[in-house]
Amino acid sequence: MNISRRGFIKLLGAGTACFGLSQMGLNVKPAQAYATSLKTAGAKEVVSICPYCSCGCNIIMYVREGKFISSEGDPDYPVSEGSLCAKGAAFRALHVNEHRVTKPLYRAPGATEWVEKDWDFMLSTIARRMKTTRDRDFKTKNDKGQVVNRLDTVFNLGSALMDNEECAVTVQALRGMGVYQIDHQARI
Amino acid sequence: MTNHWIDIKNSNAVLIMGSNAAEHHPISFKWVLRARDNGAKIIHVDPKFSRTSARSDLHVPLRSGTDIAFLGGMMRYILEKNLYQKQYVTEYTNASFILGKDYAFKDGLFSGYDAEKHIYDRKKWDFARDDKGVSLRDKTLKNPRCVFQLLKKHYDRYTIDMVSKVTGVSKQHLASVYETFGATGKPDKAGTMMYALGWTQHTVGVQNIRLACMIQLMLGNIGVAGGGINALRGEPNVQGSTDHALLWHILPGYLPAPLATQTTLAEYNKATTPKTNDPLSVNWWSNRPKYTVSLFKSWFGDAASKDNDFGYSWTPKVEPGEEYASMFMFDRLYKKQMKGAFIFGHNPAQSMPNSHKIRKSLENLDWLVMGEVHLTETTDFWRGPGVDPKKVNTEVFLLPCCHRGEKDGTTSNSGRWQMWHYKGIEPMGVSKSMGAIYTEIFHAVRDLYAKEGGALPEPILNLDLPKAYDADKTAMKVNGWFTRDCEVNGKKFKKGDQVPSFAFLTDDGATTSMCWVYSGGYPAVGKNLSQRRDHTQTPMQAKLGLFPNFSWCWPVNRRIIYNRAGVDVNGKAFNPELPVITWDGKGWVGDVPDGGGPPMAQGGKYPFIMHTEGLSQIFGPGRVDGPLPEHYEPAETPLTKNPFSSQMNNPAIRWIASDMDKFAKHGDPRYPIVLTTYSLTEHWCGGSDSRNTKVLLEAEPQLYVEMSHELAKEKGIKNGDVVEIESIRGKVQAVAMVTVRIVPFKVMGKIVHLVGMPFAFGWTTPGVGDSTNRLTPTVGDPNSYIPEYKASLVNVRKAVKVTELER
Repeated sequence: MNISRRGFIKLLGAGTACFGLSQMGLNVKPAQAYATSLKTAGAKEVVSICPYCSCGCNIIMYVREGKFISSEGDPDYPVSEGSLCAKGAAFRALHVNEHRVTKPLYRAPGATEWVEKDWDFMLSTIARRMKTTRDRDFKTKNDKGQVVNRLDTVFNLGSALMDNEECAVTVQALRGMGVYQIDHQARI
Repeated sequence: MTNHWIDIKNSNAVLIMGSNAAEHHPISFKWVLRARDNGAKIIHVDPKFSRTSARSDLHVPLRSGTDIAFLGGMMRYILEKNLYQKQYVTEYTNASFILGKDYAFKDGLFSGYDAEKHIYDRKKWDFARDDKGVSLRDKTLKNPRCVFQLLKKHYDRYTIDMVSKVTGVSKQHLASVYETFGATGKPDKAGTMMYALGWTQHTVGVQNIRLACMIQLMLGNIGVAGGGINALRGEPNVQGSTDHALLWHILPGYLPAPLATQTTLAEYNKATTPKTNDPLSVNWWSNRPKYTVSLFKSWFGDAASKDNDFGYSWTPKVEPGEEYASMFMFDRLYKKQMKGAFIFGHNPAQSMPNSHKIRKSLENLDWLVMGEVHLTETTDFWRGPGVDPKKVNTEVFLLPCCHRGEKDGTTSNSGRWQMWHYKGIEPMGVSKSMGAIYTEIFHAVRDLYAKEGGALPEPILNLDLPKAYDADKTAMKVNGWFTRDCEVNGKKFKKGDQVPSFAFLTDDGATTSMCWVYSGGYPAVGKNLSQRRDHTQTPMQAKLGLFPNFSWCWPVNRRIIYNRAGVDVNGKAFNPELPVITWDGKGWVGDVPDGGGPPMAQGGKYPFIMHTEGLSQIFGPGRVDGPLPEHYEPAETPLTKNPFSSQMNNPAIRWIASDMDKFAKHGDPRYPIVLTTYSLTEHWCGGSDSRNTKVLLEAEPQLYVEMSHELAKEKGIKNGDVVEIESIRGKVQAVAMVTVRIVPFKVMGKIVHLVGMPFAFGWTTPGVGDSTNRLTPTVGDPNSYIPEYKASLVNVRKAVKVTELER
């Protein structure tokens, strides 16, 4: 049987409570009642990873009825052994956060405010801007007549926040469109 | 990292330099303290005393920008006292190689320098070779033209006296550090070096790290437990985003970006595939064409065939010798040569140097597409301080992105562990993952090209990118699969099978892989190794702190790279107590060996398989600014002369010229104080995530500047006063933190003051202050073009009127 450290602690805890203490004549019911009333009781545990430095601390998200109710360091991650720094400890506060941008926002040239728009408007307008720029500025050959097939007037910045899989499709999409001026936080 | 976080515990000496690990990688410090409990000496070399220093045996303050002088002194000490590991140096490095007749070094310059273009002809630094092109060697290390002797000569100038005068570090401190770390040159001892942006963010950043590597090689500390050169990466997935090449100069898996001169795949392969005639060198990069073709095959799918060079001609080619790093991109934008931009999860208006120029440049965009979680100084640049929105004609699209806990996928930690994270909750509002957003933008563009045609539609129409972003399917494709039934390395595969590892990738279109180094992480359907949570270890692995069954690690689950150099020529670990790998007579046990085959004494090959010569490079002819690190002053320096030579700055710097790129004169009396910048435990980089998290902002609420009591007294500043910090590029207000954590330096007989500032505070969070980077210059390392944030010149005075901070 492969028991993780966390699983082992749970088992040990359960064993101690059920057999150890009760066999010693102690009444564990109040403690059990308290434990089941914890705010994480009955919540689903989901492993995520801290989005700050590259220690990569695994974090357990407690989710009940689709709501993110609590988070803590994952003791099974051999690097952190369950510890978190101040930023990692604020993982839930980062997610459940009133300052987040939750809708597409559009700012027209010269406008003084953001305006909420839907995804369809955003995607179709962005695609049109990209196509107009690309059709106008795409360079098939350089001054020496060498085939270069590139777009010199559009660049991309970001991001080391992205997952590996996100990076993979982003690089593919950008270079596919001829965008090669790509950079991100690796150069900061 | 060559090693990994837990392995730090195996060190006998930990040199933390260019990093404040305890505050910026707090969990890493668990393992530093574990090493200390085991008897290791912990040394912190950093301009500022911090919580890292507080837990170290020795804190050594040095003037920012003088790391090469400091480490050059260590190299000299190691050579002078014979502390290097002899077998390692002669057998596993190029110390025995003999230089060709053209190599020379004189007064700060190497041979081959073109003073007009600021570039070197690196061919002048080549080795003497036999008629087969194999480098000549003298394993006695006595030939006056061998690397070892030239190294000795080069660093002979770095005496403790001289280093002390330049760095401002006392001679006692220097001797103490050199002796402690030099002691790890014994075969059974190991020292590790932990560095971060304190080494990279200099105009000599790459050479800082090279010199550190050279010392580690001299001491035999690469490939062993408790050793290595360990970059503490500052972003959650900057390891992975670099591997996957969100960068102009490489394609995924460290394949060079194609140049305009490489008009066909054959030409590209010829230029990028190294050759050797040395039968002892594995020369792993000879496999590069397999990785290149597998990448193009994964990008263009069935449309990529041998007949069309697998789509090679469709992909963009860059001009040889041109620079496209972000500081150059923004310079082009400033000069109105750019029209559109995608900026996702990045806040250049806050975190790039010379923010005034960045902010001004953004106004030149016709359109800007941003993906963000919060409003930032970049999303809202059009209404920033002093900007009239009515005059800014940029059309801005801000797309809401979800957070980590709202999506599936993998990130790679600093030790290269690829780990899966699971979606816990639905994305907030109508936000989406960045992967989904890029995919949808691409498909919206493709739909237009399918309907209307346009400029070169083929790469767009033929791109094999599924319409709906799916992390699991993408992870499978990153690993790669077979595109047809075939036999590779004597094994038969069916079309659609996952590739077992990169050793099975081919250059004929039979395989795909979006990033070859990750090939092997998802070797079969349903077998996603990044999801492993298994702690199973052999006793030997347990002793090392190696967890080979937890997640997966590139390459091929090897946890400590270069580990073939951690054993002697007979395959026995230099440190028998902590073997990473060892030869048991039939095979290697321990970690996954770095290159197969028997030990060298039994007909095996050289251990540094990624180098063409098979040996590591004490002498490194590949960098643009010299084969041996040399001290140059920062672009802005308080000195009027470089004490080591007449060459003041790194001679290979490409300076950016614009009316907004101003530099203080050397020793400029208007700006006599050195500024260095850093992060905080409670904030992260530009701060847009952490400033928007209430508890973190409450813990660290405002921009401050740390300065010594001596400087504060000189300037009439009291702790808590609001002060104005001024460089030639701008002014910033901050709260003065007068502290003993910073001390004045005595440099070349004169007092030099240094101040330190975080850069996490920006105007979109009311009352906290604004970007520190309004002070820093647009100049960077000529290899990496990482900006010199760590050393520039400023002056400080008490603010007459507080305008940027809420008091």
